[in-house]
Amino acid sequence: MKLWKTTLAAAVLSLAAATSAFAARTDLTLGIVLEPPHLDPTAGAAAAIGEVTYANVFEGLTRIDDKGQVQPGLAESWAVSDDGKVYTFKLHAGVKFHDGSAFSADDVKFSLDRAHAKDSLNPQKQLFAHITDVTAVDPATVKVTLDVPQGNFLYNMALVAAVIVAKGSADGNKDKPIGTGPFKLDHWAKGSEITLVKNPGYWGTPAALDKATFRIVPDAAAAVPALLSGDIQAFANMPAQDALAQVQSDPRFSVVIGATEGETILSINNKKPPFDKLAVRQALASAIDRGAIIAAASNGLGKPIGSHFSPGDAGYVDLTGVYPHDIAKAKEYLKEAGLENGFSATIKLPPVPYARDGGQVIQSQLKDIGVNLQIIPVEWAEWLSQVFTNKDYDLTIVSHVEPNDIDIYSRPGYYFQYDNPKFNDLIKALDTTVDKDKRLELLGEAQKILAHDVPAVYLFELPKIGVWDAKLQGMWTNWPIEADDLTKVKWSE
Amino acid sequence: MTAYLLKRLTIAALTLVLASMVVFAVMEILPGDPARLMLGLNASADQVEVLRNQMGLNAPLLLRYLHWVAGLLSLDFGRSYTYSVPVIDLVRERIAVSLPLALIALALSTIIAIPVGVFSASRQGRAGDTLAMGAAQLGVAVPNFWFALMLIYLFAVWLRLVPAGGFPGWSAGIWTALKSLILPAVALALPQAAILARVARSALIEVLNEDYIRTARAKGLPYRAVLWRHALRNAMIPVLTILGLQFAFLLAGTIIIENVFYLPGLGRLIFQAITQRDLIVVESIVMLLVAAVILINLLVDFSYAIVDPRLRGRQ
Repeated sequence: MKLWKTTLAAAVLSLAAATSAFAARTDLTLGIVLEPPHLDPTAGAAAAIGEVTYANVFEGLTRIDDKGQVQPGLAESWAVSDDGKVYTFKLHAGVKFHDGSAFSADDVKFSLDRAHAKDSLNPQKQLFAHITDVTAVDPATVKVTLDVPQGNFLYNMALVAAVIVAKGSADGNKDKPIGTGPFKLDHWAKGSEITLVKNPGYWGTPAALDKATFRIVPDAAAAVPALLSGDIQAFANMPAQDALAQVQSDPRFSVVIGATEGETILSINNKKPPFDKLAVRQALASAIDRGAIIAAASNGLGKPIGSHFSPGDAGYVDLTGVYPHDIAKAKEYLKEAGLENGFSATIKLPPVPYARDGGQVIQSQLKDIGVNLQIIPVEWAEWLSQVFTNKDYDLTIVSHVEPNDIDIYSRPGYYFQYDNPKFNDLIKALDTTVDKDKRLELLGEAQKILAHDVPAVYLFELPKIGVWDAKLQGMWTNWPIEADDLTKVKWSE
Repeated sequence: MTAYLLKRLTIAALTLVLASMVVFAVMEILPGDPARLMLGLNASADQVEVLRNQMGLNAPLLLRYLHWVAGLLSLDFGRSYTYSVPVIDLVRERIAVSLPLALIALALSTIIAIPVGVFSASRQGRAGDTLAMGAAQLGVAVPNFWFALMLIYLFAVWLRLVPAGGFPGWSAGIWTALKSLILPAVALALPQAAILARVARSALIEVLNEDYIRTARAKGLPYRAVLWRHALRNAMIPVLTILGLQFAFLLAGTIIIENVFYLPGLGRLIFQAITQRDLIVVESIVMLLVAAVILINLLVDFSYAIVDPRLRGRQ
């Protein structure tokens, strides 16, 4: 009898050991470079907030998938009125917030009203500007009324800043985010890591991971050893581009180069002489050699662009050939502007490698046509106040990472100081056009105007350099929005 | 002694007041708006204005300064703009990393530096001295972030003895937490030890040339006893001065090492707060550090009295 018991115990034990050996891992540690200042996407613009929380902790009415397409989110379906002004969303049933409170149409009304209220601090308040009324028809139906048709309304409702929050917990979301997503916050060791755990009460397909930790690794040089030692198993966007070869040759890791929505551009102060002359801007565009800039500023990984549009998006038109690299032609343009002897200007560079490295290449390229650039390094806070707010600059390099943001050239008072009535009318028309083909046509039109008129010199699309354990599946290849959606991430084996 | 103490305390208080003015003024002059930083490129000017009002940034300068100082006096260090938690909570979390790290590094550096300094001084000009001081020169010259990376590759990537970085927190167990502080402490300690060893050596050599050392030797004391008991003790004053300075540096000046090991220390908090223009965090923490440095200097002054009895009776 005793022997029988021991044998059974041994069998059970070995069985348990065997299953645990075969069961796939369910935890993941990801490295991120910047720590989010807080975790409320409706109250801060920092991209890191969305990286951690989007689709994981918070969900919107609609959501964006890894290809940039709009998918149902908390709304399982919707209907649009014939005039394109009224959207009726049918909400999923049985959805609960992380604190146990039930989700209903009232929460949608609360979230949207809050986002476009007069004192709203939503970083993308303009997305909600055309909402005139939100009505909770019944607990599972919401009707949103707009003053004009909005071509991008469903897409806008899927963005990070449009996630749905609960009235009772909205004010505490910065520190204790309460969403409806498949993960909830476990703890946040400030400066160190943010840990999410699986939400057992999730309404949709549960996540495969039980635990996901976002660890803050601010130093690019530390990223590689962190991966090699196994402490961190994934970087959605790896900071150490120079060290990429080291992990690329290692079969334990997958290196996946994808696209972001970051148009990296040489911004021009269009109202400041001599840049108010088209010929001068054309000279700049002809003098720069994108290939050399991409090699220096993004290790050859960025895709060249000729206008303010991501090559991965529907409606993209390749306009990189409008002003080919041609020194002689550039000098002709300068002559046309009456500046055949060149001129001097400044270029303010924010503290990111693409700007600092790219700026030096551009400085040397413009020297060839007699334009002497003085490089002024600035930090982000200075960039925001001097360049962006006060428009005190000649040239700068920056990556505009917001998705679908070609409309920024029509915004009054935007730091480009570009004012083209034809372009403004086009964007106005685009805003209210719902028909897909018509929209793509207008977008192509807008791209062409920018490519020819050079309100900025278009350099390249910022790459997303994904590096993760080769056994990890389901990470996003591209960043149609900056999000580390973990809902489909799992370990193979 | 009381007069001396009073004088020291007055100087300390004046330093604090002066520091508070300088810190506040510098953060005001720095271009950059915390509200715009938080709301980003797409926020309208009106929104930024609303947030500025909420954060109290639109109040007159003098009023804000006085408000801040009044808070400090009642030990209220304010609330972080970006994290929106009390500054003191942030400091408490970070000091739990920075203080142990600084202490371990300081202990390591002392344990290495004093014997090396004594060894070198006692063999002045000979091969051993040249070798030790050459090593110290190397220790000062090697960039510490490079040295840190080499340590990571050797002990974390190759041998897998310790984690490559990060800090699991003290709640994860003392040994687990200590393990993640070993490499950073070594990386911090070595350059400090190199400096300290050189200071110890030159201080000792100076003392060894004094008459009383010859007397001690002449009365028949063995060289070792003279060296460790008579000479070293008298050479301690410059060594203690350097130690005090190094401790102040190790508390908050270790941003590079904190970045390489991604440790949530005080240095990184201040750096982050400066880049995000989290004015209140920078101002309050700098004031805390000023207070800490003043305190350390006072302690160093008192320790002089311990190693040199002559200083005790002086008025």
